[in-house]
Amino acid sequence: MHGTDGILAPGAADERLFSVAELTRVEGEGSLHLRVRDGQVVEARLRIFEAPRYFERLVVGRTPDEVLDIVARICGICPIAYQLTAVHAFESLFGVQIDPSIRALRRLLYCGEWIESHALHVYLLHAPDFLGLPSAIELARLDRAVVERGLRLKKIGNEILTIVGGRAIHPVSLKVGGLWRAPRRDELAGLRADLDEALDLAQQTVRLVTTFETPTFEARRLLVSLKHPTEYPMNDGRIVSTDGLDLAQADWQQAFREEQVEGTSALHARTHAGEAYLLGPSARIALAGDQLHPLARQALDASGQEAELATNVFRSILARAVELVHATAEARDILDRYEPPAQPAAAWEPRAGVAAWATEAPRGLLFHRYDVDAKGIVRGAQIVPPTSQNQAAIEADLARFAPSVLALPHEEATRRFEQLIRSYDPCISCAAHFLDLRCEEVG
Amino acid sequence: MPAVRTRPRVGVVKLTSCDGCQLTLLDLEDELLAIAERFDIVDFPEATSVRSDGPYDVLFVEGSISAPEQVERLHELRARTTKLVAIGACATAGGIQALRNWANVADWSSSVYPDPGLLSVLDRVTPVSDHVTVDAELRGCPISPDQLREFLGAALTGRRPQFPDEAVCLECKRRGIACVLVAGDQPCLGPVTRTGCGAICPAVGRGCYGCFGPRETPNVPALLERFQEAGLEPDEAARKLAGFNAWAEPLRPFIPATGGERPAEGHDARN
Repeated sequence: MHGTDGILAPGAADERLFSVAELTRVEGEGSLHLRVRDGQVVEARLRIFEAPRYFERLVVGRTPDEVLDIVARICGICPIAYQLTAVHAFESLFGVQIDPSIRALRRLLYCGEWIESHALHVYLLHAPDFLGLPSAIELARLDRAVVERGLRLKKIGNEILTIVGGRAIHPVSLKVGGLWRAPRRDELAGLRADLDEALDLAQQTVRLVTTFETPTFEARRLLVSLKHPTEYPMNDGRIVSTDGLDLAQADWQQAFREEQVEGTSALHARTHAGEAYLLGPSARIALAGDQLHPLARQALDASGQEAELATNVFRSILARAVELVHATAEARDILDRYEPPAQPAAAWEPRAGVAAWATEAPRGLLFHRYDVDAKGIVRGAQIVPPTSQNQAAIEADLARFAPSVLALPHEEATRRFEQLIRSYDPCISCAAHFLDLRCEEVG
Repeated sequence: MPAVRTRPRVGVVKLTSCDGCQLTLLDLEDELLAIAERFDIVDFPEATSVRSDGPYDVLFVEGSISAPEQVERLHELRARTTKLVAIGACATAGGIQALRNWANVADWSSSVYPDPGLLSVLDRVTPVSDHVTVDAELRGCPISPDQLREFLGAALTGRRPQFPDEAVCLECKRRGIACVLVAGDQPCLGPVTRTGCGAICPAVGRGCYGCFGPRETPNVPALLERFQEAGLEPDEAARKLAGFNAWAEPLRPFIPATGGERPAEGHDARN
């Protein structure tokens, strides 16, 4: 058994327990436990019961390029996020100058991953909730065309990853200094028409999700993302928050900490002041919406729902849809400007020190920190994925949301709780090596 | 009632893994809806809230066994399954997390977690076949979409799926890719690794790192010798094997303890 079984003796006459033993339509294995007494939430938990994989230990004794292949395996949905965060961290320590064309190709890879990941979540995992359906398979029985659009969009994201990265899941082309091989212009040319189509599909996605009715829910959280002077945050930028934080991306630890809470097998992130915070597409739009591609900005403005993004997490599907427009439009711009680099990778020399970086994974800010010896071998690591950072906010939001659905039949209320959790797009496989089973008590 | 051919009941479950192999099924974008029509997907928690405890005609199992409760769960699943299919390097060989089999898991727990006593893990990470009978295996980290298509097509028609056991080298020859080991002195696991990926690493000029695991009767010592001729120190050469299929039996005896930890007791004596 994991942890304690609640802070109240079970069986009190006025106590209700809402529980989902295995959450569905999320990446990885997690469960939900919510205990209510006298109409008050006394415990709200998102349990993650994936077994730990010890990635921070697996990378010890390995070279930077070996680390890129290992950390990809933290997540089958967002391997590029892990690879890019690590490669930037090492290059920053070693002082490697990256050719602008290589930087553009890496951003193209990230666009592909955002498209693939967001299309998966919007169409296959999340949309069924707004239509009262258990899956996209059921949705396809009612409206096959809408699911086919989502699959097409997802496929185009995966095509980018395959052409630039070698394959869609666990790509193989990144190395410290650049890429193993840079594609020729003609190898990318076929993507141009696909991206025109993807952009159109993404714009349709924004219009579709704008019509979805969401539960009324307001929770103003501390939002955190990267922010860059000239780009929408992806692989680069400073760490900013709605509280005015402004920090170099390597300095995550100056503002945040990980802790292991009793009854948990997880390292759990909070601000040094102990505050829960929220990462991800809605946070990025709230903090860096002025950097969206003009076409994404236009789609967001037309939705008329931007203000809700920062306060109602059920609207996060709109943020993902807007980022689908951004990623397809930016990918198209990158293709149009692409000139192959003179060399696919710059030479580098190892240097002892700390290699740290943060990027924006599809689910939010991802921080890596490696202690590296003079030969370039990793001697220690800290990897902080977005889902383990979001967990405190998810549990606090569960407790805050609960009173509004307690009058509903038990099964329906439970369904709404599960839907709330799905709105954060939790990636439990990512968070798994930080297993988190903490309790959130609400006064 | 019209005569309806019964669709095979399919489940997709995971143990300790990254989700990438089950995602490969969702990545068959052009065929996914047709697959959902021809197969009855009765349990696939990543994709649907419709749940079932079986029985399953075909059950895809992703992930390795690394926690005590997974052993029990796997036996229960096996009892309700006609054809159990292990998918991916974690399920077929233990995956990258099996590298801790050469270390002391208690030491590792205390290096990652302030209070390691709260973790419930087995001393050793093992593939599915160490615990239950496996009817078919799809190799890879991740599995190949083409091999998954081949498997599903074969399942529908009742024929045996065809997965070649040849080395990645043959794929390079077919694709006209210059040998990265011979021409570039890049350490490449291609000669001992089963094909299935399409030789994607040599295609970008880097050595294969063994996602699909060892082919039958690989000559590992000869390859390690060749790596040393290419300038690698013996431990560097052996470390190239310490990847996603390290616990696969043909590679297991050659794996160095990673990161300088002491080897686990009897690490090479198992099965």
